[in-house]
Amino acid sequence: MSQRYATYLTDRQELLSDPLYVPGVTRRSLLKAVGSGIVVLLTVKDVAAPADAQESGRGGRGGEGMPTKLGAWLHIGENGTVTVYTGKVELGQNIRTSLAQVVAEELRLSVSSIIMVMGDTDKTPYDVGTFGSLTTLTISPQLRRAGACARELLLELAAKRWGVDPKLLTLADGKVTERGGGRSIGIGELAGGQELVREIAADEPVTPPSEWKVAGTSVRKVGGLDYVTGKQKFISDLTLPGMLYGKVLRPASFGATLKSVDASAAAAIPGVTVVRDGDFVGVTAQDSYTAQKAIDAIRAEWNPSPQISDSELFADFRKQAGPSLADKQVDLAPGTKRLARSYTVAYIAHVPLEPRAALAQWDGDKLTVWTGTQRPFGVRSELARAFSIPEANVRVLMPCMGSGYGGKHTGECAIEAARLARKVGKPVKLTWTRQEEFTWAYFRPAGLIDVAAVVSDEGKLLEWEMHNYNSGPAAIRAFYDIPKQTAEAHAIRSPLRQGSYRALAATANQFARETHIDELAHLVGMDPLEFRLKNIADPRLRGVVDAAAKRFGWADRKPDAGHGFGIACGFEKNGYVATCAEVAVEGASRNVRLVRTVTAFDNGPVVNPNHMRLQMEGMIIMGLGGAIFEAIKFQDGKITNASLHTYRVPRFSDMPAIESILIDPKDKPTAGGGETPMIALAPAIGAGIFQATGVRLRALPLAPNGVPQADAPT
Amino acid sequence: MAESIELSVNGARHRLTVDPDRPLLSVLREELDITGPKYGCGEAQCGACTVLVDGEPRRSCITPVSAVARKQITTIEGLAKDGKLHPVQEAFLNAEALQCGYCTPGMILSAVALLRSNPNPTDQQIISYMNGNICRCGTYPRIVAAIHEAARAMNGGRK
Repeated sequence: MSQRYATYLTDRQELLSDPLYVPGVTRRSLLKAVGSGIVVLLTVKDVAAPADAQESGRGGRGGEGMPTKLGAWLHIGENGTVTVYTGKVELGQNIRTSLAQVVAEELRLSVSSIIMVMGDTDKTPYDVGTFGSLTTLTISPQLRRAGACARELLLELAAKRWGVDPKLLTLADGKVTERGGGRSIGIGELAGGQELVREIAADEPVTPPSEWKVAGTSVRKVGGLDYVTGKQKFISDLTLPGMLYGKVLRPASFGATLKSVDASAAAAIPGVTVVRDGDFVGVTAQDSYTAQKAIDAIRAEWNPSPQISDSELFADFRKQAGPSLADKQVDLAPGTKRLARSYTVAYIAHVPLEPRAALAQWDGDKLTVWTGTQRPFGVRSELARAFSIPEANVRVLMPCMGSGYGGKHTGECAIEAARLARKVGKPVKLTWTRQEEFTWAYFRPAGLIDVAAVVSDEGKLLEWEMHNYNSGPAAIRAFYDIPKQTAEAHAIRSPLRQGSYRALAATANQFARETHIDELAHLVGMDPLEFRLKNIADPRLRGVVDAAAKRFGWADRKPDAGHGFGIACGFEKNGYVATCAEVAVEGASRNVRLVRTVTAFDNGPVVNPNHMRLQMEGMIIMGLGGAIFEAIKFQDGKITNASLHTYRVPRFSDMPAIESILIDPKDKPTAGGGETPMIALAPAIGAGIFQATGVRLRALPLAPNGVPQADAPT
Repeated sequence: MAESIELSVNGARHRLTVDPDRPLLSVLREELDITGPKYGCGEAQCGACTVLVDGEPRRSCITPVSAVARKQITTIEGLAKDGKLHPVQEAFLNAEALQCGYCTPGMILSAVALLRSNPNPTDQQIISYMNGNICRCGTYPRIVAAIHEAARAMNGGRK
């Protein structure tokens, strides 16, 4: 379709292959920017680049030569302040806290002594974006090494000053002290007047998780006080002197082109400026109320273009995909069974409570934009392209936003605000309405998933074939021991604009696979837990399955009438998860209520256990929406449930009893935790509904209007 | 047409010339730079814009500014007294009852209003009262815990 935006449907591996930005920092410019003192640098070979000529050893440090690609840096100033610069952004996942924790750990400081500068394209090194559970997987270990490097450097400086062996010195509470109660010096005094730049080595002596004292503990949210007092400014709260409020005229439907426009009534409203630039029509005013009135006063006619509606979606997907696996003729060996099924997932919306917002200011051909995005550097590129200016002329800042869940990777709102600001010659703030966010952002992709498996009568998986059409490849390969396995994701045309979403395709692929596993277990007459354990070798996966089942009481409890139990497990983004769910199917409405969940998660050593649990609880709540009732409805190029009274998101009354188990093995690498804990929920709920009612549901959402009386067609 | 309206917000009086139909939320945020109340939906469905009007929770996104003239409006900025947090604010911090924090001002003010009308609510009463406030990050269990903790603190530690 002609109006299709660039597709942002990507796996994190694909996103990592983005070209890395070369900031052209010199030692002098860096020290000028951060002040004198000590700087430790992370070069990009540590970040992602496959080949890089830079040396990372200790040799050659401190000279004028600088690595050209930087991942993060840490500065210790003469007042002893430790500042960490990273392009990652904080959106409620509490990485401002967890990253400060790992640095504090290595520098033997408290978290409150660490300042995190994040998500500012002029001040922080390039970062591909905050998504894919990458922060804790990649940045956190890097910052551990940065902290360790700075610690060793401080010890060396003190040893040199006193002419002693650094091994006789310790760092604690911001001071280097001689063992046995000798001399002592503050880290600020050591850093004072220095102009030392050191590159971080691959083998910095980081503190093992088994010895963590600050990392690994439930430190409170950094800056929490500002959030409960209203001091914390979100993007949509920011103002600039002389700022105007913007609004944009939206097409009547997807793909519609502007036929005619009469903005005279809008232009007649005092203080309103109408901006027209091709099909782009917007206004600015002294306040958002007047700006909205002006938009409402514009008379526009649109030429619509034909669009697929939700009722036709999966028929269209099937047409594009070709015949299902159930239509395939297969010769089966004796003592084996084959089951082929198709599963679907609907488009759903992220619904960040703060819609897209941006504040744009031009100074000549230099542009500064504060905007709610998970990819400040990606948005900088979009802005530079949109206005044909060099990236160096664009600064994007993301101080704080009302979250994203994968839904704020793009810069459309930033571009619109900058477009208006350029035309009116004043700073412009644009905050999308909820309806705009529901319509003109992007969605989690819908998907059609075909699965066929061959299983022995004894319950051993023998063959597996799986095809995902449209929703993506994440977690598509089965983690079960299967001698013969095919798993492929296929790109097909999507009628709606689609992009990343928390856990993205892992939720879809898990739903299809784990529902199929439940169906296979019933086919061979085995308990679904027993069936899984018979086909899983990975000890960490078995570990989470055992832990969840035991706490849940899988073996000992029987569900009440109208209730059902379900179990599912998964592996994704270096984390292992298992969820047991109890559901109730209520009375005549047959509405599904999630009663209780137990989720066990193994993502290596946990940096902040309470915040990890908070994430896990949040993911059960968010995940139950997409599992049971959330779906975007669309007809003739319009979203027909683009509001919070027509699109249902989970509320207090949907909350189940939630139990979270952290395996927290100290001897494994740390992985992220903001996505994977949600991926086993939907199939566990589906299996629970099957147990409660005997009805097998194969579509997400499972029961937006209650559980039907009979199975969905396969 | 614009009218002269007096607003009393967090104990301070403001005289403004505004369209009487303009939503209170827009006036607080854009005329007075009181940004604790947030825009979330514009249709009283999410509670992010909640303020207290004479102690009662109101969705400021659908409340015309003229309807609250000369009434006592409290926003999250006016909840702490003499630098001391309200027990509900304390409890939200203790329970880590937030992630991104965008819903937090509305959640706290709704919880304050709940405890004013029912100092010792059950889980079910909390769920039912708070059901008009959305937290998309899903911190509901923590918020329920925080409200219980605040209730205990406000009842002098008894519950």
